[in-house]
Amino acid sequence: MHVPDGFLDAPTSLGTAGVAVVGVGLALRGARRELDDRTAPLAGLVAAFVFAAQMLNFPVGAGTSGHLLGGALAAVLVGPWTATLSIAVVLLVQGLLFADGGLTALGTNITLMGLVGVWTGWLVFRGVQAVLPKRVSMVVPAAAVAALVSVPVAALAFTGLYAVGGLAPIPLDSLATAMLGWHTLIGLGEAAITGLAISAVVAVRPDLVHGARRVLATRRLVVVEPEQDQVAA
Amino acid sequence: MRPVSSRALVVTGLLVALFLAGVASFYASSNPDGLTYVAQKVGLSHAERPHASDGSPFAGYATRGVGNERLSGGVAGVVGVVVVAVLFGGLTWVLGRRRAGDAAPEGSDAAAPEHDRDASSSVGR
Repeated sequence: MHVPDGFLDAPTSLGTAGVAVVGVGLALRGARRELDDRTAPLAGLVAAFVFAAQMLNFPVGAGTSGHLLGGALAAVLVGPWTATLSIAVVLLVQGLLFADGGLTALGTNITLMGLVGVWTGWLVFRGVQAVLPKRVSMVVPAAAVAALVSVPVAALAFTGLYAVGGLAPIPLDSLATAMLGWHTLIGLGEAAITGLAISAVVAVRPDLVHGARRVLATRRLVVVEPEQDQVAA
Repeated sequence: MRPVSSRALVVTGLLVALFLAGVASFYASSNPDGLTYVAQKVGLSHAERPHASDGSPFAGYATRGVGNERLSGGVAGVVGVVVVAVLFGGLTWVLGRRRAGDAAPEGSDAAAPEHDRDASSSVGR
């Protein structure tokens, strides 16, 4: 979902650039609360994984394809602030080095994938987690639902931006319908990849999964395991 | 399942990412992604302008000067994974380390605040 140069007018691009700058600035502060010596290496890995996964376009039918956006995945694994930063870095590298996603649209892309995608994913994850049983195994389905919802919401956000500052005159209702339809299908792929990746980490190190902290914390009151670095967190 | 060390987890994950970007990406669908496809359908794609980074040696996830398609995309993918890992790994390391400094756990010389450095080094020697 990398918006190229030329889709949105200058005021809209400037506006989203401003939103992106504020968002990344807040994320730089917020990420400090999420990161410590234990979780920082995993965060570096998450960004590299999202970059790699975004190269893997999967077919969704009728000559189109989709790829992971990674916002929900990163938010559940390392926390939403760190996730926003990771997506921003991925988009920066893609724009500068790989000519993927316009440079004047960098703010737009960070807003859509690093803010809308990440925070929709995180809020839906928290919402689903609240109604599911408080078990570590429930982190995976909650993350999959969050991933599924995050993609069409980001697609609708693009449509909204296009309604404000789109450069070519096209019917907005058909744009909205097409964006929503295809990105709901892509969301299914997003959910599958996110579920797989999260379950792999949950299986070996649930304590490193940011989204599992709450359910682990309630469990830790019962089980006595005084390990220094975990108590400190 | 027996817990693995975070080092083992991160190394394994990096190897997976390198494999995905360096090898598996060759088999990815080459169809346009959702946004590009919709843009073509609604008549928006003509609005796209040439990319300012088209001169980059890795523009379009291909390595300039490498004729073999599989190798060209693979090298570009590996370069991307390494660049992203170094950039973001460095950023999170700095952010995470600062936080450890703020919390100032006992006996951590590395996390000593800046203004203590002069005093401790003069005592140390």
